[in-house]
Amino acid sequence: MIDFINFYLIPGLTLGSIYALGAVGISMIFGILRFAHFAHGDLMTVGAYAALTAVWVLGIPALAAIPIAIVFTCLVALMADRLFYKPLRDLPTIYTVIASFGVALMLRSLVQTFWGTDSEVYMTGFQKPVVLFDIFRVATRHLQIIIATALLTLALHLFLSRTQMGKSMRAVADDPALASVAGLDTERVIRWTWIIGAGLAAIAGVFVGLDTDVHTNLGWNLLLPMFAAALLGGIGKPLGAIAGGLIIGVAEEICTYPVFGESLISPSYKTAIAFVIMVLILIFRPQGLFKGRLM
Amino acid sequence: MSRRVLDVQGVSAGYGQQAIITNINLHVDDQSITAIIGPNGAGKSTLLKAVFGLNQHLGGEILFDGRSIFNARTADLVPMGISAVPQTHNVFPSLSVEENLDIGTFAAPPPDARATKAKILDLFPDLKEKRSQQAGELSGGQRQMVAVGRALMSDPKLILLDEPTAGLSPAYLEIIFDLLLQVRDSGVAILMVEQNAKQALAIADFAYVLVNGENAYEGTGADLLANDEVRRSFLGGSAAND
Repeated sequence: MIDFINFYLIPGLTLGSIYALGAVGISMIFGILRFAHFAHGDLMTVGAYAALTAVWVLGIPALAAIPIAIVFTCLVALMADRLFYKPLRDLPTIYTVIASFGVALMLRSLVQTFWGTDSEVYMTGFQKPVVLFDIFRVATRHLQIIIATALLTLALHLFLSRTQMGKSMRAVADDPALASVAGLDTERVIRWTWIIGAGLAAIAGVFVGLDTDVHTNLGWNLLLPMFAAALLGGIGKPLGAIAGGLIIGVAEEICTYPVFGESLISPSYKTAIAFVIMVLILIFRPQGLFKGRLM
Repeated sequence: MSRRVLDVQGVSAGYGQQAIITNINLHVDDQSITAIIGPNGAGKSTLLKAVFGLNQHLGGEILFDGRSIFNARTADLVPMGISAVPQTHNVFPSLSVEENLDIGTFAAPPPDARATKAKILDLFPDLKEKRSQQAGELSGGQRQMVAVGRALMSDPKLILLDEPTAGLSPAYLEIIFDLLLQVRDSGVAILMVEQNAKQALAIADFAYVLVNGENAYEGTGADLLANDEVRRSFLGGSAAND
């Protein structure tokens, strides 16, 4: 049981936290701009490399580089919106979806051009795990990622339910036509959607780098489980996406748990779990697990 | 002496270069209810949308409070003191009643939002006990109240209502019209399009009949109700039938 928690549940929650933070942006962008943003994984990659540069240049730890990663990734996202998505806003959304594929390829190529194609790490050497009650051995980075995600979830909930911008975002997600009749500034709401989505993607990107390493396919490889998480939570509902991310992350890890001395599924198949979950949701519960919109 | 809040002078408007209404003249006095009636496709909603900057203005002039709002953007009209309630999809279904009301203050914050909200909840006591319920779960009539309440939150001088009683039961129709009279008496001018023409004329201070996108008749609500031609063509019967 202790092994289950130490080696399956905690890593599962860590992976789930990363999926969750990425899926929030996918879900919000879908809710407000109404398109599937396929460049979201590559925004994570941009965030991870921005932090890497800060680590190299300023010599700060990766966690301290997160604000720099957020600012840089938000600027990239806002620029992508201005250049590639805004001109297509009034066309059917399939145009924007295809454009986001293009943006994904461009971002990855730019990252490869500026930072190279080798895998990098934020820090080398071994980190001693945190030992709790003499039995739980948890990697410090896992603990940091899980706690940070919990705090960000709380902040996101308060933002959406209490602030004027949060309520405006939910109103635009509900009914964009009525939102403009009510005089809401839709473009400002869209800008904030990018800022929050890209900011959380940057954080998720740094977390991936902390957990494993930084490479140019880092975000792209996570796109499928993040979409699965967004769908599981009900697309357009960021808090649902967080729950969806955690469920998929934990499911991927615990499916390899040896029940009778042997793993249920070979660990090399664990990424297929997200795909299976996604297909099952689309067939049986396409509206996702939760009611409501953008909450 | 009543003051003119809205003055529509010879306005043509439509979608693209296609005019749906041509050379329309209409005015709304402050603290009054003005109704627009007419057959389907007469351009009633198009006129309302033209006032609210939601379609293409092709000619004429629109004055609000003496200032031109011809070709003004909707986002600028709300802070000037006009708000609008569309016919359908007029509440944010996943937001609570109270949040729906709050949305009304974002574009044009009233001097005291708390007091304004309290005043509106007094006007719509049904909403008071449902303030934390999702607007999508309410009945049609209650949703209409939320929609009108949202429009009133910005403390407007004029509200535009597109068929406020569409799809409501006769009992709710009376309740809504009664509320509109209270709204008017609280100092807000109302310009509304209505299908329930007889009832609308009964509460309207002034009314216009539109036919084929043009002015056909105008007069006080009582005048039009007594006009035989209007009754025959638009109200389904002559004066003698009542």
